[in-house]
Amino acid sequence: MKTMFVAFAFTIAASFGAYYVMSGMGFSSAEMQSSSSVRLK
Amino acid sequence: MNLRMIGACLIALLTFTVTPAYSQDEGQRASTGGAQTLEDILARQKGLNVDESFRRENLGDPNRAAPISGNLGTLGGVSNSDLYRGIRYSETDVKVSNTGPAASILVQDGGMSWLLTRQGGIQSYAAYGAGGIIALLVLFYFIRGRMTIEGGPSGNTIERFKPIERFGHWCLAGSFIMLAITGLLLLFGRSVLIPIFGHEANSTIATFSIWVHNNIAWVFMASLVLIFVMWVAHNIPNKLDLVWLAKGGGIIGNAHPSAKKFNAGQKIIFWMTILLGASVSMSGLSLLFPFEIPMFAKTFGMINTIFPAMGLPTELLPHEEMQLAHLWHAIVATTMIIAIIAHIYIGSVGMEGAFDAMGSGHVDLEWARQHHDLWVEEEEAKSSRGGLS
Repeated sequence: MKTMFVAFAFTIAASFGAYYVMSGMGFSSAEMQSSSSVRLK
Repeated sequence: MNLRMIGACLIALLTFTVTPAYSQDEGQRASTGGAQTLEDILARQKGLNVDESFRRENLGDPNRAAPISGNLGTLGGVSNSDLYRGIRYSETDVKVSNTGPAASILVQDGGMSWLLTRQGGIQSYAAYGAGGIIALLVLFYFIRGRMTIEGGPSGNTIERFKPIERFGHWCLAGSFIMLAITGLLLLFGRSVLIPIFGHEANSTIATFSIWVHNNIAWVFMASLVLIFVMWVAHNIPNKLDLVWLAKGGGIIGNAHPSAKKFNAGQKIIFWMTILLGASVSMSGLSLLFPFEIPMFAKTFGMINTIFPAMGLPTELLPHEEMQLAHLWHAIVATTMIIAIIAHIYIGSVGMEGAFDAMGSGHVDLEWARQHHDLWVEEEEAKSSRGGLS
């Protein structure tokens, strides 16, 4: 069961990691899906 | 005389069957000045395909333009109606001050059919599909009961999955469950959540859901690759799978068909997860990066090459690419949700001892012998070889 909880914790941590890494690169989902990217490039 | 009568009857028959339909349509079109007819409107309301060429191609005629000094001369032979038809069907060379693949598409009426499909067919498929499989499994549970270990657990265990395998499985499972929940919240927000909780609550739920959905997706994609690399060699179909399937996997009755590490049912789940997971990931990436990864026009082109009769559209507007990606994403994801609910059932309440495989990684030896006898033999042979060496 320990592996399962480690995997869940990793999943949550990796999601935050993905958000911050993508934000740093200018590709966060918030940026990509905002109106400036979607309609008015 | 008789021949003349027969000829007259044939001519009359042809006149009343073939000609009226043609002349009626042309007549009605002419009566509206080339615009749509009542028949067009009724056909559209019935959901039938209507040939739009009569207005798609009716975009004015610059060659018949009034002189620049004359009345309406500056319109260049194009009326306001002609101009808006051109914009609607993307036939007008629109110039806009901003750039980007979608900026010059001012009107895209395909969005309506996308919206109706999303709110209609897709929601119905998700609701009836997920609800239906849960109802079937509950029914199956009460009819068949829990599959138990015949003779009871032996008390001895064997390692079924290594920690890295369980880690990959739970990363995939955890991310998929979160993606499924947040995806369903987004799908049913307007039709279910708003009427129950109100707009503000739905706004908060949707903002949370889209953040989780977009960021946890990376874990899903990475663990999908990990799972594929670790288990593909064990999931190559073979003749043994046909025997397993022919015996219904032992689900009905007490037979336990032979299986190696993965039986045919597990192989079906594996390949379903890999193939649909890859497909949902591709459409998800297309949605994550709007207008950057169009793939449907190219895919349709390839399908047309193989099946020319299908005649799928190979020129799609940027918005249409996004709409198709969204619909495909929802259809594939819902299919996965339905299959994974059955997988969760059989791996937990449906079968005694099955959860241990992914829980502790060690399963009862008797359970393993009943469900994966050939795999146990392989493992025991490995152990004895290891012991001898």
